[in-house]
Amino acid sequence: MFKVNGTEHSFEGLDPATPLLWVLRDSLGLVGTKYGCGIAQCGACTVHLNGQPIRACSTPMSAVEGQSITTIEGLAALDGRAEGALHPLQQAWIDHDVPQCGYCQAGQLMTAAALLKTTPHPTDADIDKAMSGNMCRCGTYTRIRKAIHAVADGGAS
Amino acid sequence: MTFSADSYFASVMGEFESLAPATKMQISRRSLLKLTGAAGAGLVLAFAIAPDAEVAAATTSKEFAPNAFLRVSPDGSILIYSKGPEIGQGIKTAFPMIIAEEMDAAWRDVQVEQAPINPKVYGRQSAGGSTSIPNSWDQLRRAGAAARAMLVSAAAKQWKVPEAECTTGDSIVMHAASKRQAKYGELALAAATLPVPDPTTLKLKTRAEYRLLGTRVSGVDNRKIVTGQPLFGIDVAMPDMVYAVYEKCPAVGGKVKRANLDAIKGMQGVKDAFVLEGNGTVSEVMPGVAIVATSTWAAFKAKAALQVEWDESSASRDSWTGAVLEAQKIAKQTGKQSITKNGDVDAALKSAAKRLEAFYSYPFLPHASLEPQNCTAWFKGDAIEMWVPTQTPERALQGVAHVLGLEQDKITMHQTRAGGGFGRRLVNDYACEAAAIAQKVSAPVKLTWTREDDMRHDFYRPGGFHAFTAGLDAKGKLVAWRDHFITFTSDGKSPVTGGNMPPAEFPLLLVANSELQQTMLPLMTPCGSWRAPRSNAVAFAVQSFIHELATAGGRDHVEFLLEIFGEPRWLPPANAGALNTGRAAAVVKLAAEKAGWGKPMPKGRALGLGFHFSHAGHFAEVAEVSVDAHKHITVHKVTVVGDIGPIVNMSGAENQCQGAVIDAISTMMNLQVGIENGRIQESNFTEYPILRMKDSPQVDVHFIQSDFTPTGVGEPAFPPAAPAIANAVFNASGMRIRSLPIRSQGVSI
Ligand code: FES
Ligand code: FES
Repeated sequence: MFKVNGTEHSFEGLDPATPLLWVLRDSLGLVGTKYGCGIAQCGACTVHLNGQPIRACSTPMSAVEGQSITTIEGLAALDGRAEGALHPLQQAWIDHDVPQCGYCQAGQLMTAAALLKTTPHPTDADIDKAMSGNMCRCGTYTRIRKAIHAVADGGAS
Repeated sequence: MTFSADSYFASVMGEFESLAPATKMQISRRSLLKLTGAAGAGLVLAFAIAPDAEVAAATTSKEFAPNAFLRVSPDGSILIYSKGPEIGQGIKTAFPMIIAEEMDAAWRDVQVEQAPINPKVYGRQSAGGSTSIPNSWDQLRRAGAAARAMLVSAAAKQWKVPEAECTTGDSIVMHAASKRQAKYGELALAAATLPVPDPTTLKLKTRAEYRLLGTRVSGVDNRKIVTGQPLFGIDVAMPDMVYAVYEKCPAVGGKVKRANLDAIKGMQGVKDAFVLEGNGTVSEVMPGVAIVATSTWAAFKAKAALQVEWDESSASRDSWTGAVLEAQKIAKQTGKQSITKNGDVDAALKSAAKRLEAFYSYPFLPHASLEPQNCTAWFKGDAIEMWVPTQTPERALQGVAHVLGLEQDKITMHQTRAGGGFGRRLVNDYACEAAAIAQKVSAPVKLTWTREDDMRHDFYRPGGFHAFTAGLDAKGKLVAWRDHFITFTSDGKSPVTGGNMPPAEFPLLLVANSELQQTMLPLMTPCGSWRAPRSNAVAFAVQSFIHELATAGGRDHVEFLLEIFGEPRWLPPANAGALNTGRAAAVVKLAAEKAGWGKPMPKGRALGLGFHFSHAGHFAEVAEVSVDAHKHITVHKVTVVGDIGPIVNMSGAENQCQGAVIDAISTMMNLQVGIENGRIQESNFTEYPILRMKDSPQVDVHFIQSDFTPTGVGEPAFPPAAPAIANAVFNASGMRIRSLPIRSQGVSI
């Protein structure tokens, strides 16, 4: 058993070596978490495991037994936010028009959300350090940094 | 077998160029059509980009439906279909903005949907060459203006006032004298009964009247993107869908001799494994082994266990290290071909006060879009339905029809958002493969390329070499220029795609004595268009060497460039692809001013300049860079100044420029693929280290909003960044970079 966005799932019958990424995408239909490299290099598959950002492509199901996973689809509802409300980072991403192709952005948001949990007022250096595991092929880094700062300075997280 | 995609690209890129902004398309009443099918839906206005004759012919047949349309519903909502592929360039937001502007629609009322792929209905539906905006600008504006005119006409009739006394704004028609107003939604049904005005009689807004264009509008899909909704090709899911992978020979042209298919078929989750002969066309289906499984992971695992023995008798044996050695030898010789010659270069070099020589090189590159190539296909006996992330849906349609031997009307194709394009998705090999696999599977099947497949089976930006010789007179003026360009050919006749230089390439037309020579090395590795084809590489070599010349002559780089531009004028050829020296000088001057050219800097820190004209965009960039004693480079800031005419979406345009600069830094610092024995040597991001946030600089973007037709912004901001940085590195440290990526020369970022 494991929890995804608050709902329990069983993965009986699945090879325990299957990476979490493919269970999310193919079995549970949660396709917001993306495949980019499969070897923990790009960060497109970033989800939270008990609040910590991890690479779903390189996390076998055996490692998530009994654990709680949050994906981009569950980010808005974190912290008991009302249905339809967005996480402040999601709103900032829209306000700053961060995405280009958008493919990396779920992973970027999940990493940024975890950063603000532990460091509500990050410096540029904190942001660079936390975010440098997430690649953006389109080069939206300038705006990601801005959007994170905007949320941090707004006092929300 | 056709390993080269050069003729394919020639035709695709030719199509883009033939539709470039200089092309005058006749627009008449016939090309704006009112859809009558949607009774009760309100005003539904369609417009066609096809030339008159075609539209006239098409309207008489039942086939005709327009290429894009807007719909005003009685509830006030305005639906606009965006016909072109969205690959991260922002067109799905920009196209509807143009219509909404002329229509005077409130942006909050506008909803945008992706148009389905059907060239018979929609006309051309492609994204490439930064041509989407210039090619659609007039048509989209007139479509919006026609809708506005009809809504005004409906109101004027109701109120029995002259149309000329009515004004519009914010989705409302107003008549000031009688203090009456009506919302567009309230007028939609009445407007729908009116004749469509002749588009040529419509009055379009002047730039001063714009309320929406030039403002900052957030991308229309952003909410879906940040909440993880399915948008991309790889997100497509169907009931009972199966998952496929496809293994091809690592050296292009190899055929399957034998494979351990039985072992693979026995693996958990594997439903089938089979050999595809393919049709031997690299832009369609090359030979390989398909594996079909119950999940992507099962398919990936089986692929890892797959053992194929390849027949490589006619496969590529290309070698990059071999090519480099060969090019170094050839550089000392006269080029095999003379592409263009102006004046007398030899005489000018002889009498020059200073003579300079330099050898520049750059490597092959894959596109590495973050979403790997993928496609979902569902074969239904005599027809097929497909979901394709592509830049050229019509080409996908043609390719699939060719591979399956189906008529195009048996193919239903949906375009999805694409996780990056950069030119990779101008080719639809992955869609053709998915179709060929689907034909053998009685269920919807999603083909996903692994990252390794994606990096090893691309249409690469070709590497290349420039052996320059140039001369300065006693005043340090550039008087002689010779570029011996060493490139590659797949057919022995013309250069590979992206590996050509035209006679108008800067600065050939601006130096009294200039020559472009060319020598081509044989190549089998497929090449293709890569963000700002040719320019993405040539700008580095040319603009760096120009800086070398300025330095050798003791000249200021800005002043040296301005002297080369000379008087403001258009250079040949007389079309939209021509450079205007006045626009060029203006962007250089403004970039220097904005970046603080000439300001005092601490030791080890300096500014560098790069200029390049491509895709009808004039761009100058100044980089501020530090270099430490360990050859470690920090790029602090890049200032971008571009002239692409009026800006449609300020936010989107800035985003493209910022991204282009970061892409360019990434590429010049770190990126290359090697080729040995026909095999691409890199396979994933560990060996292809795309720039991370910590190394990305501040990028300041400024536009000179001239009154020329707006042109595209996806590409032209890329080329000047690499020379700007390389020139700044020289100014900061005295170290001259003549070969990319600079990581290979002990320099780090
Ligand atoms: S897909 Fe997991 S890090 Fe790239
Ligand atoms: S927005 Fe395209 S990869 Fe980040």
